[in-house]
Amino acid sequence: MYDFAYHKPSTVADAVAMLAADPDAKPVSGGHTLLPALKHRLNKPTALIDISGIAELKGIRREGNALIVGALCTHNEVATSDVAIAAIPSLAMMASHIGDVQVRNRGTLGGSVANNDPAADYPSAVLALGATIHTSKRRIAADDFFQGMFTTALEPDELLTAIEFPIPEKAGYAKMRNPASRYVMAGAFVARGPAGVRVVINGAGPGVFRQTAMETALSANWSADAVAGIKQSPDDLNSDIHGSAEYRAHLVTVMAKRAVVAAG
Amino acid sequence: MNAVVPFEGIGASVKRKEDLRFLSGRGRYTDDINRPGQTYAWFLRSPHPHARIGAIDLQAARAMPGVVAIFTGADMTGIGGVPCGWQIHNKDGTPMAEPPHPVLAQGKVRYVGDAVALVVAETRQQARDAAEAIGVEYDVLPASADMTQAQAQGAPAVHDDIPSNICYDWHLGDKDATDAAFARARHVVKFDLVNQRLIPNAMEPRAAIGDYDPSTDEHTLYTTSQNPHVIRLLMGAFVLNIPESKLRVVAPDVGGGFGSKIFHYIEEAAVTWAAARVHRPIKWTADRSESFCTDAHGRDHISSAELALDEAGTFLGLRVVTQANMGAYLSTFAPTVPTYLYATLLSGCYQTPTIYAQVKAVFTNTVPVDAYRGAGRPEATFLLERLVDVAARETGIDKIDIRRRNFIRPDQFPYQTPVALQYDSGDYFSTLDMGLKASDWNGFEARRAEAARHGKLRGIGISTYVEACGIAPSAVVGSLGARAGLYEVGVIRVHPTGSVTVLTGTHSHGQGHETTLAQLVSDRLGVPIANVDIVHGDTAKVPFGMGTYGSRSLAVGGSAMVKAMDKIVAKAKRIAAHLMEADVADIEHDRGTFRVAGTDKTKSLAEISLVAYVPHNYPIEELEPGLEETAFYDPKNFTYPGGCHIAEVEIETETGQVRMVNFTAVDDVGRVINPMIVEGQVQGGVAQGIGQALMESCVYDASGQLISGSMMDYTLPRAADLAPLSVTTHTTLCTHNPLGVKGCGEVGAIGSPPAVINAVVDALRDYGVRHVEMPATADKIWSIIHGNAPRMAAE
Repeated sequence: MYDFAYHKPSTVADAVAMLAADPDAKPVSGGHTLLPALKHRLNKPTALIDISGIAELKGIRREGNALIVGALCTHNEVATSDVAIAAIPSLAMMASHIGDVQVRNRGTLGGSVANNDPAADYPSAVLALGATIHTSKRRIAADDFFQGMFTTALEPDELLTAIEFPIPEKAGYAKMRNPASRYVMAGAFVARGPAGVRVVINGAGPGVFRQTAMETALSANWSADAVAGIKQSPDDLNSDIHGSAEYRAHLVTVMAKRAVVAAG
Repeated sequence: MNAVVPFEGIGASVKRKEDLRFLSGRGRYTDDINRPGQTYAWFLRSPHPHARIGAIDLQAARAMPGVVAIFTGADMTGIGGVPCGWQIHNKDGTPMAEPPHPVLAQGKVRYVGDAVALVVAETRQQARDAAEAIGVEYDVLPASADMTQAQAQGAPAVHDDIPSNICYDWHLGDKDATDAAFARARHVVKFDLVNQRLIPNAMEPRAAIGDYDPSTDEHTLYTTSQNPHVIRLLMGAFVLNIPESKLRVVAPDVGGGFGSKIFHYIEEAAVTWAAARVHRPIKWTADRSESFCTDAHGRDHISSAELALDEAGTFLGLRVVTQANMGAYLSTFAPTVPTYLYATLLSGCYQTPTIYAQVKAVFTNTVPVDAYRGAGRPEATFLLERLVDVAARETGIDKIDIRRRNFIRPDQFPYQTPVALQYDSGDYFSTLDMGLKASDWNGFEARRAEAARHGKLRGIGISTYVEACGIAPSAVVGSLGARAGLYEVGVIRVHPTGSVTVLTGTHSHGQGHETTLAQLVSDRLGVPIANVDIVHGDTAKVPFGMGTYGSRSLAVGGSAMVKAMDKIVAKAKRIAAHLMEADVADIEHDRGTFRVAGTDKTKSLAEISLVAYVPHNYPIEELEPGLEETAFYDPKNFTYPGGCHIAEVEIETETGQVRMVNFTAVDDVGRVINPMIVEGQVQGGVAQGIGQALMESCVYDASGQLISGSMMDYTLPRAADLAPLSVTTHTTLCTHNPLGVKGCGEVGAIGSPPAVINAVVDALRDYGVRHVEMPATADKIWSIIHGNAPRMAAE
């Protein structure tokens, strides 16, 4: 990696000030995407703003009919949180299947959502549950947050601080892993709750997207059979040495069925 | 009296002595070594598959902080390229095309990863920073990335003076007799298949440290090698012109090789040469990305096979045409892998009376390809065992019956095949029967029906194989084009108090030699293995050696140790006879105890060795003091492990995912020294075989860029991808080495891929599938299922 300055602020305000002062600085928490990029010299930030010591970004709590998860919560914390498991078991289950043990002990919810890797797990839950993204400046609805591959509504000096998940009646997640990277090749998060019935697909396309035909079908009949006959178009889906767009399109239906079964 | 020592000799599953060191982080690998005043190397590598090199601007790079020196190909004119160790001849008798392989690129770059410049700096970071500041003008050329396209008229020539891109066009066997066999055949089964390219991925990336002492003019190379003496020979004699006496090569603990660390790589020569220029040690350590694009790759064959059978299913003849990818340059043993390690194995364990094989080796703008675990034998076994399965299906003969009908019988050994080899021993019927029983072959259809009830397609596949290892008789390989002998060296040094140091020319990089070889000494001389130290991997300590590959260490290196121990025992008997005032002919020896026959007079090895080193009462007129012996052993033949592998898989129809559910290996590896280590070696080989069958694939795009260039895209098997592995052995002894051993390092990777693919094809039996190319990924299987409606209902 190239040389960079290193700062470790202890408040969100300080972190945001540092980001505002240096447009080439980057925030880092678990570092699971940024550090490999740095090691490959694919990214050359002037400074890393290490936000891992900011107490106000931590913690998982229930507030009314919402689960609020701090940006710094690791996947393992979400997976093992009694509060999270009681409120949205599908979210905790998802967290428990991200990467491997090492990844789950370092990777964070905020990092995953802010990065918006199309093959990441969390963005599908955020969008399917109709979550609200809390940032250092504002609150952003999930529908407005994800803007395609590695792109979000976040501004350069804006820090994702927490995610507020409305608690659904039912929710379930299923995915097929890429055999090499173990990222998501195609996944589906289905939910019925305050945001209505939503089916969100990850891994298959250039970003998370809602499968509206399946949403309509599930609204009428919440069952795996309801989505079993709905085909996803392969147009615009990802295609690589591990899976063609046609295969991913097929997997969308399979994973949606399984997600409905998981949701119960 | 001595405490009772548990038996640690031949056949004992003693725990590996070296594991305490490895598991507690105390292994000492090349990158752990640091020399005073050490600098660091970074190689600037070509981003282009094929380009002519124009001007190289070093000015900015030389001014970068910490830079000690920068070298390019222009600095190395007059230095030899890295040599090829084996010369193959074409059908017409002319030698193969053998283009130079310069240490740093001269004129052209020929694959992504080809080294253009060597930067030496105070730190690795500084070297890398400076490398990025080098300006290279590339005139990018169209590339020959694909082996078939490289042979087309007008394809870009990887080497300007080899416009055909053909390295050699070779053949083996009797063409006329084979054609005649096909002319009278009742059935001819034809079949095309690919053995895909693999990337070895040893756990430890390659590393090399060059060190030069100007006061003595001595060069030392520390390197991640399976064969330090071979590196000394090749680099000293052919590249840098350094006499052996001034060149020491050390291969300390090495973290896996699988063949990829046999070869003499340009980085070794570059740091050795440059260290003598800058008069400081230079360390280079590959990062994983470099490993992907510079370690020699494996396999990469495209073949057409035809099997002729009579009405009863007896094999009459076999015809094979294979194209083998060499990559951009000839790696050290590349030419021999698709010839003498491949076509010679096409008889398998069958009495095929006549075989004719043609092999074309092709240059492409890709990483050089060379031996990878099994080296040629997995390719032969995959072709043959798939072909036999297809033949069984198309002739309507049961796949077990067709194998039994054609097996070489135990009473036919020694068996001369039509493709040069003479098998000394084997019992393919017994390993088959054991495999069928252990896998509950006969109960399979019930398991398949049960799986179908859960929406799964279950399949079972078998592979019966033989391989040739323990390489190899020097005169034989010399006549076939090897530029080295393949004997081995062992020194047994009995110390004054009876402990033993063994110097061996083989090298352990995961195989457990420190234990297995010590067991040989314990078995013969009665010394506890704790008192036997195995020294390998240092040309300054070990007299000579050819290293470890081709499952040769025990069969060849162990045999050299036995010969040396014979000499130790003979000398010790003479000392014992003197001490006990008996005739030497009356001295009996058993595991370190020397007895006057028919008496209770004995001397221990320790008593004798003490006298040998303190020769006060000693037959000094007729016997030299000391107790140390050296032996060179040249094998009389290859060894021929064989056996039966049975794989059972389940396919999830919805996703096409293939899951291993059972794997049974019954291998005849000759006499087993340490059953636990053999089991581990077979398990590791099977894991790699399953990896090839289901997961691994090196992919280049049409332009010559490596697509599967990291663990993000190259699928290595994980523990969870494997099935319960049942590993057992059935021994027939090798008849021509003193231990009766054959070798176990590669059998797992050789026997397993066809068993797995045969199982996948069997699982898909209702879908009209004749073959599934490796790797059988979910995407591929789903496409097959999706594109083919079942011929019959599953229920």
